[in-house]
Amino acid sequence: MKIAVCVKQVPDTWAEKRLRESDRRLDRESADGVLNELDEYAVEEALRLVEAHGGEVTIVSMGPERAAESVRKALSMGADAAIHVSDDGLAGSDALATSLVLARALDGRDFDVVIFGSESTDARMSVVPAMVAERLGWAMLTFAQKVDVDGTTVAIERAGDGETVSVRASMPVVLSVVEKINEPRYPSFKGIMAAKKKPVESLDIASLGLDAAAVGASGAWSEVADFAARPAKAAGTVVTDEGDGGAQVASYLVEQKLI
Amino acid sequence: MKSRIMSEQDLAFLLYEWLDVEALTSRPRYREHSRETFDAVMELSRELAEQDFAPHNRLGDTHEPHFDGTDVHVIPEVAKALAAFAESGLMAATLDAEVGGGQLPQVVGRAASTWLQAANIATITYPALSVANANLLLAHGSAEQVERFVRPIIEGRFFGTMCLSEPQAGSSLADVVTRAVLQEDGTYRLFGSKMWISAGDHDLSENIVHLVLARTPGAPPGVKGLSLFIVPKFLVNDDGSCGERNDVVLAGVNHKMGYRGTVNTILNFGEGTYQPGGGQGAIGTLVGEEHHGLAYMFHMMNEARVGVGAAAVALGYTGYLHALDYARNRPQGRPAWDKDPSSPQVPIIRHADVRRMLLASKSYVEGALALVLFAALLLDEQLTAETSDARDEAALLLDVLTPIVKAWPSQWCLKANDYAIQVHGGYGYTREYPVEQFYRDNRLNAIHEGTDGIQAIDLLGRKVVMQSGAGLRALHGRISATCARADGDLAAYGQALQDAINRIGGVTMALWADRDPRIALSNSSLYADALGHVVIAWMWLEQMQACAGKSGAFYDGKRAAGAYFFDFELPRIGPTLDLLQRCDTTFSDLDDACL
Ligand SMILES: Cc1cc2nc3c(=O)[nH]c(=O)nc-3n(C[C@H](O)[C@H](O)[C@H](O)COP(=O)(O)OP(=O)(O)OC[C@H]3O[C@@H](n4cnc5c(N)ncnc54)[C@H](O)[C@@H]3O)c2cc1C
Repeated sequence: MKIAVCVKQVPDTWAEKRLRESDRRLDRESADGVLNELDEYAVEEALRLVEAHGGEVTIVSMGPERAAESVRKALSMGADAAIHVSDDGLAGSDALATSLVLARALDGRDFDVVIFGSESTDARMSVVPAMVAERLGWAMLTFAQKVDVDGTTVAIERAGDGETVSVRASMPVVLSVVEKINEPRYPSFKGIMAAKKKPVESLDIASLGLDAAAVGASGAWSEVADFAARPAKAAGTVVTDEGDGGAQVASYLVEQKLI
Repeated sequence: MKSRIMSEQDLAFLLYEWLDVEALTSRPRYREHSRETFDAVMELSRELAEQDFAPHNRLGDTHEPHFDGTDVHVIPEVAKALAAFAESGLMAATLDAEVGGGQLPQVVGRAASTWLQAANIATITYPALSVANANLLLAHGSAEQVERFVRPIIEGRFFGTMCLSEPQAGSSLADVVTRAVLQEDGTYRLFGSKMWISAGDHDLSENIVHLVLARTPGAPPGVKGLSLFIVPKFLVNDDGSCGERNDVVLAGVNHKMGYRGTVNTILNFGEGTYQPGGGQGAIGTLVGEEHHGLAYMFHMMNEARVGVGAAAVALGYTGYLHALDYARNRPQGRPAWDKDPSSPQVPIIRHADVRRMLLASKSYVEGALALVLFAALLLDEQLTAETSDARDEAALLLDVLTPIVKAWPSQWCLKANDYAIQVHGGYGYTREYPVEQFYRDNRLNAIHEGTDGIQAIDLLGRKVVMQSGAGLRALHGRISATCARADGDLAAYGQALQDAINRIGGVTMALWADRDPRIALSNSSLYADALGHVVIAWMWLEQMQACAGKSGAFYDGKRAAGAYFFDFELPRIGPTLDLLQRCDTTFSDLDDACL
């Protein structure tokens, strides 16, 4: 089985993030870059699938040069090879453009399964996996909390509000997985040493044969018009319990239209 | 987010901007490495620290290992963290490739493990002791012993201990009385009792490999008659599986002030609870030759003592980071010039006296971290420097510095833990905040691996006078070279440090002028205090030099802490040096009836 895992480098999830005044984009220099934590579940699931069924795992990432660190981390967890798409012209790409680039990088390489995390912790749109599936014309299985492969059939479980949904599709398929699915492994020391020697293919706009105008900031369909800092926390409302504390809290919540 | 466990930025500064550890990768031993692998190891250690070690640090303290009369039970979080650690392969990272190691430079391994030491010193002590045990056997054990005991340790299946101390023999190992009697099949039977044995019994591993100092019949008295034995809890079969229970029996556990998650035991050997092989006595095999036991132990001592120094630094460092975070967020009081009680309170970090405590702590923990990493780099130099002269010089310097690397952080990073409590005020004195545990944990480091008092005697009694003072000369040479490079803003510090190390030379000669050990023994601890401060001032001058021409809060912080050390700490040794120069013998001569 040939599996691709799409990963993204994001600013440290726990760091305070800033938008730049100049282009209203995230200031990526202001925080360390890390492998999107939700993508680690995707890497782990791919590794488990090839451990059980054989095959190999390729990491695919679009991002600036420094995203190579995150690609390497995925390799040191145990993936076999990587494709890194990097080009100054890709800066400012929106979800549509990103999916175009990823789909082009994935297309024609005989992948049976492409796995994504459920979202990136910076943009938090959850749409890129479905867009990629659409562009490739493959089946899409979203938000899997369990994955089973039987021959060329991939079956997943997805948690609904009150029920569990089982969905099946034939390969090739695009999957997105949620945190519940597994516990990602740490990279190992051996993995770190081995990662240095694993092949990383570098691609850019030209080598993918893409139209530069269709990607990057110029090709973006959406734009951040304005932003403002979150207002400082206002003083809270203190409820003094004189026997009617519960009722006061309830009426406050009703007032705020929270219940 | 900035961690409160360790400072990623400081570690990277010390490794790359100061010590230039990337240069090591041009040496054959480290050829497979690069900045990438170093960074990945640092990041892996941080992740393990944050996700598997730090979360149960408090729990391990409040739920110490429990002895039910037969077995010791350790909270399951410890086993889980240690399984993740074993899985990571970090255990063997610095070892030779031929035994499955990764030949990571010691200095990088040391830096990486500060994350785990700061996150949970009690849990990381199990593998740390095991690695020390494995290292000793790799240096002095037979191929067969390595195969049987070291491999499973590296794989994380067996853990190891060091059994030196006995109830009547702590600082004075000359008084060890555990007996080892040679058998016809070449093995030995051991009889005796060992005290204070860390990780001596637990349910965390398949087997426990004890390294035991004992005395063979007719051996010379004192330390020259000690031999070293491998005594496993379960005898190991030829196929590597664990077989019969050996007669090493847990007699009790010690209830300690800190490091509570590391079980500390009293072990009886050969008391008759089990009869392995149908006979009396715990079965052991000799390491190397008879009567060389202590020498083998001491061979690993530099490394072990650097490890203790590192533990003291890590605990002090995390205490400082917690205090810093608290001080930024705790509103209390107003500036002296603000007389309006309705104005908002300021965070306590605005108060001069709180800043004093924080800046002092910063100078201690960052200065000591630099020293520990410098010492670890000397271990690498000793092994891989290009010329034999350079290797010898590194070994000599490390020898002289080791008592300081062990004892200075044990004393001064503990002071940082003390300040961390003080900065937290009343909250710091409660168990709601972790700073009291850091203090209790760190209090051990002045005691084990040779008390600080014993380190001081080693320093003045042996290290600075060995080879006619070659060690001290080497140190003097290195420090003078740093001073000679100090120009511009740093020139005055260079001069102050040069004066201080010159005075150390004079004082050392004065103390040994009469070759009277009463004088040396009376003054050793004061001497260690003074030389310790000189060495840390040196570390600060080096760091400030590495900051030259760089701007930003991080580098300004380095300069501020360095200036603090030179302006407030180094001058303190003046009166101490005056006192030492007088060759006072108060403590040797004192009639203890007056105490
Ligand atoms: C938590 C913990 C873990 C430990 N783990 C281990 C372990 O795993 N394996 C092991 O073998 N040991 C271990 N030890 C033992 C430790 O190394 C000893 O406690 C230490 O060496 C001191 O010995 P002692 O306790 O017998 O004190 P003593 O030797 O009785 O010392 C008491 C005091 O007298 C001073 N003193 C003693 N002799 C002299 C002298 N000649 N000159 C000047 N001052 C002197 C000491 O500095 C100290 O202040 C551990 C101890 C503790 C507390």
